[in-house]
Amino acid sequence: MVARTRYAPDRGLTARMTATMFLLGLVFVIFVAAIVFILGAVHASTGIIVLAAVVLGGGIAIGSLFFSDKIALSTAGAVEVTPQQAPELHGVVDRICALADMPKPRIAISPTDIPNAFATGRNSEHAVLCVTQGLLRRLDREELEGVISHELSHVAHKDVMVMTIASFLAIIAGLLIRFSFYGELFGGGRRSSNDQNSGLILLAILGVSIVVYAISFLLIRLLSRYRELAADRSGALLTGQPSALASALQKVSGTIARIPTKDLREAQPLNAFFFVPALSARDGGTAIANLFSTHPPLEKRLAQLAKISKQLGQQQ
Amino acid sequence: MGFLDTLLGRTKPVPPKLDDLFSLPSAAVTLEAATGFTPTGTGSVCFRPAEGKAFADVEKDVRELLDMSGAKTGTLPVEVTKDSYGFTWLVSSHMSTELEDLVTDLHAVNSSLVDNGFGPQLLCTIVAFRDEQQRRLALVYLFKRGTFYPFAPLSGERRDNALEMQVKGAVESELKIEQDLSRWFPVWGAPGL
Repeated sequence: MVARTRYAPDRGLTARMTATMFLLGLVFVIFVAAIVFILGAVHASTGIIVLAAVVLGGGIAIGSLFFSDKIALSTAGAVEVTPQQAPELHGVVDRICALADMPKPRIAISPTDIPNAFATGRNSEHAVLCVTQGLLRRLDREELEGVISHELSHVAHKDVMVMTIASFLAIIAGLLIRFSFYGELFGGGRRSSNDQNSGLILLAILGVSIVVYAISFLLIRLLSRYRELAADRSGALLTGQPSALASALQKVSGTIARIPTKDLREAQPLNAFFFVPALSARDGGTAIANLFSTHPPLEKRLAQLAKISKQLGQQQ
Repeated sequence: MGFLDTLLGRTKPVPPKLDDLFSLPSAAVTLEAATGFTPTGTGSVCFRPAEGKAFADVEKDVRELLDMSGAKTGTLPVEVTKDSYGFTWLVSSHMSTELEDLVTDLHAVNSSLVDNGFGPQLLCTIVAFRDEQQRRLALVYLFKRGTFYPFAPLSGERRDNALEMQVKGAVESELKIEQDLSRWFPVWGAPGL
């Protein structure tokens, strides 16, 4: 039996995401080539700096990958809850996991009143799903289900892994900027003819790293926005209720502008994993703000969900 | 999910596996011999309704189909309930000796949903059992995994794990039992149980 399906793939989104990842890869290759070229041009005594950056950057990336769940939970001040403590929430997650045929993640609740949710962990076996009290208080069951299916889609897409790998380049470039800057600063005092060369090398590395950091930063943000759209899409198709997710998005982003500043600052390090960014500009419509944002604008997310709703309702 | 799907953030909805349902009647015989549990003749299909007219139409068709087959054999009409999680349950009631008819009904619901492109909306099918002490037991079929697991609710949202393990042992040779215990999710208050 060939099962008919109502789930048309979104080729445009796939193409844009592929292009973004290709560009990131391209920047990486050019970056490595440029560093090799710079070091190869002269007797490479500064190679140690590059090596240190790669090792340290790799350490940071692997560390954040392996401890992502613990880091995120402690930053959000969240505690894990058992089925006895939060039977309803567990019930919702149970059903969605059974629908999607994925292992159930651990579940945590964060005591803050900002309505938000995030999922983290390097793979589905180590995933943690965290929702805030504010979210549980504001959303009804169907909307909550929409948000949870969005977050579980992040888990299924291994977004923490993909984004960490994508950020690897930016981490190294960022470290190189710092190292070569200080190298330039402190190496300046005792400069012989040989050291003058290495000073130039440092300057060149500094320049290349800044450019690479800027470009990859924008590309990572772009990739993050595409992955949010992908998670919206998968989540809506999973529950078959795109409109419930749309209404949740509206509720959550409507109240987010009214939260106190202290909580806003506390929420900052987690932004990339949140359901809606806690730090969105009030008028999220300007082009520059969109370019730097980790999440796509609300209108774009709602438009996509409306499209899916239409697809689901079509007679075949 | 494949590597490319992970990379591109695509999830394909999981298509349901249906045919293992038909191994239920013979498993019920084994179950009765080993534990004394007999089918109550009630079973239900649980699915997540999708929004829009297309799904509503399919749902209506399924109910009419079951009512028609029910009128022929003189059984009760199907009952439709919505649980607090927003899932719909179609409950079909037969005589306790007509397990095969029941399974055919349940299978009909599943295949009409699948044929109309809503297969991924299917969550589970349950068939209810009772023993002489009126203890409740359900065999739950998970569509996405094509496996069964026992669910024995006690009062107050607790489950009788010992009985569940006993049932698992009894029917293991007849049914594909879900080996991952973390997937044995409870269906509290499932209609028809």
